[in-house]
Amino acid sequence: MTNVVKLTEVSLRDGSHAVSHQFTAEEVGSVVRALDEAGMHYIEVSHGDGLGGSTLQYGKSLVDEMKLIERAVAEAQTSKIAVLLIPGIGTVHELKQAHEIGAKLVRVATHVTEADVSAQHIAKAKELGMESLGFLMMAHTAPVEKLVEQAKLMESYGAEAVYITDSAGALLPEQVRERVRALRQALTCEVGFHAHNNLSLAVANTLIAIEEGATRIDSSVCGLGAGAGNTQTEVLTAVLDLMGQNPGIDVYKMMDLAENVVTPIMKRPQIVDKGSLALGYSGVYSSFLIHSERAAKRFGLDPRDILVELGKRKVVGGQEDMILDVASELAKMK
Amino acid sequence: MGKINVAIIGSGNIGTDLMYKLERSELLNLTAVIGIDPESDGLKKAKERGYQTFSNGIDAIKNNPDLADIVFDATSAKAHLVNAEVLKELDKIAIDLTPAAVGPLVSPAVNGDTYNSASNINLITCGGQATIPMIHAVNRVADVTYAEIVATISSKSAGPGTRANIDEFTITTRRGIEEVGGADKGKALILINPAEPPVLMRDTIYCEVKNMDAEAITKSVNDMLQVVQSYVPGYRLKQELIFDEDKVTILLEVEGAGDYFPVYAGNLDIMTAAAVKVAEEQARRMLHVEEEVTN
Repeated sequence: MTNVVKLTEVSLRDGSHAVSHQFTAEEVGSVVRALDEAGMHYIEVSHGDGLGGSTLQYGKSLVDEMKLIERAVAEAQTSKIAVLLIPGIGTVHELKQAHEIGAKLVRVATHVTEADVSAQHIAKAKELGMESLGFLMMAHTAPVEKLVEQAKLMESYGAEAVYITDSAGALLPEQVRERVRALRQALTCEVGFHAHNNLSLAVANTLIAIEEGATRIDSSVCGLGAGAGNTQTEVLTAVLDLMGQNPGIDVYKMMDLAENVVTPIMKRPQIVDKGSLALGYSGVYSSFLIHSERAAKRFGLDPRDILVELGKRKVVGGQEDMILDVASELAKMK
Repeated sequence: MGKINVAIIGSGNIGTDLMYKLERSELLNLTAVIGIDPESDGLKKAKERGYQTFSNGIDAIKNNPDLADIVFDATSAKAHLVNAEVLKELDKIAIDLTPAAVGPLVSPAVNGDTYNSASNINLITCGGQATIPMIHAVNRVADVTYAEIVATISSKSAGPGTRANIDEFTITTRRGIEEVGGADKGKALILINPAEPPVLMRDTIYCEVKNMDAEAITKSVNDMLQVVQSYVPGYRLKQELIFDEDKVTILLEVEGAGDYFPVYAGNLDIMTAAAVKVAEEQARRMLHVEEEVTN
């Protein structure tokens, strides 16, 4: 039997990186309205680094994310509004606030080896009556057994699904298969998959994840997201439709909204260029791209050299301050 | 000059590291280490080194109030709420290394002497101890409107307490940035990195200031660096300060003294080092008072 896939649209959260967190309430409103009409299941709205992410470290939001969430909730008729929370950046206070204004689902995200910092947030979300899911980032950096162990921790805290999050877009197709299969065997809760397209594998890897039984899938209209972006929603839904597995999305409406609503608000083309390819190639967190390009300009460097060095130093998601550090060191060595 | 008797409650990693640091103090005399598990490594080590050991928690102080005038609490926030009451009753100075934040928040490099009369002193968080002196240094010459800190610690040095309640870290540190550091508004982030070999504690501080003066800020930061280095020798600037319009970025690294913790755990080391420093300030005052009385 084929399980029905539930899609979470991430253009208004992961896509926040691609527009340097400059979304306006009008943009969020128009994207949510169109996605809702096309039948999207969940729409995630938050700063790119999750609730509370508006900082000098990651970039300040143009508009307070709570205002954006409020606007999204007001526009959505059937789609549910989701938020991202990374413990250490956001707290249960922001979570409560998002819940009060209508967010129905939270993904609590940690580095793949650090699941135990999510216990209080997963539990709190459940207590609030939200859907509470776990999100294991930089999944490519841990062996399968470690991923399983950490996913089981999240399940034990009450997560209704645990995501394999390929933050660097570095997982190869067989690695996705192996990981989803292992989690399906070890967990009773649902398994999810979040891809980045840095190696141009996002749609392919997502299809493999679905084939192996992942039922929570992330995608983004126009691919709008960090690095080369995420699994492109209009492409994925068209392919699923051709496979006879359309989870209830209007494919034409999805194509229309990509071209008419999302493309006009994009600040850069969502392509695999040498910078985003270097992310996938060296296994670096996708949101580092724009910050590394900026630092490269400032210090007169090739952004790829910064990214490769960051990969060597095994930086984790959120360590954007390392970019400045590494760039100034590389500049001194020149 | 004599020494002031001190005791440690909590025989875990922090308490044990503190024990080693206290051995070097010229003003503090460690008499006892108090835990709750007689088999704990910390209590065994304390016994080996000749200290009195107890495994009945705060009752040990209740039953032997003459053990110490200053008591370090390295238990947990929850336990400290109970311990704080008892210590207050017995008129002991409590130095709180838990995030309970019962007493005023103190960074020894900034307001270590301000709270001389406080009977309960809270040491904020490791990220707070590493960054608040620098925020204060920038604030005193340039007026900080917003300060944000990013503390990155190695996975191995993040204990179960930190992990179970990571929100306490961000919230208490933010309070410290504002109340002690002097920023109008603060924000704290904590990141845990599992890389092997473990990474040294790193702290990045971003300050937005009202009166940008790169020269004055650089001087003030370097002065503060020396103050903190006097009790945390491995506290250093990772890069030169980065100035950008109204913003200054400070990149720091904290290498521990390697007493009980490995050197990468600068985050744990800076807490115990700050605890000793604050206690010494108190001891100096108490000894001074005693001298006056005897004269």
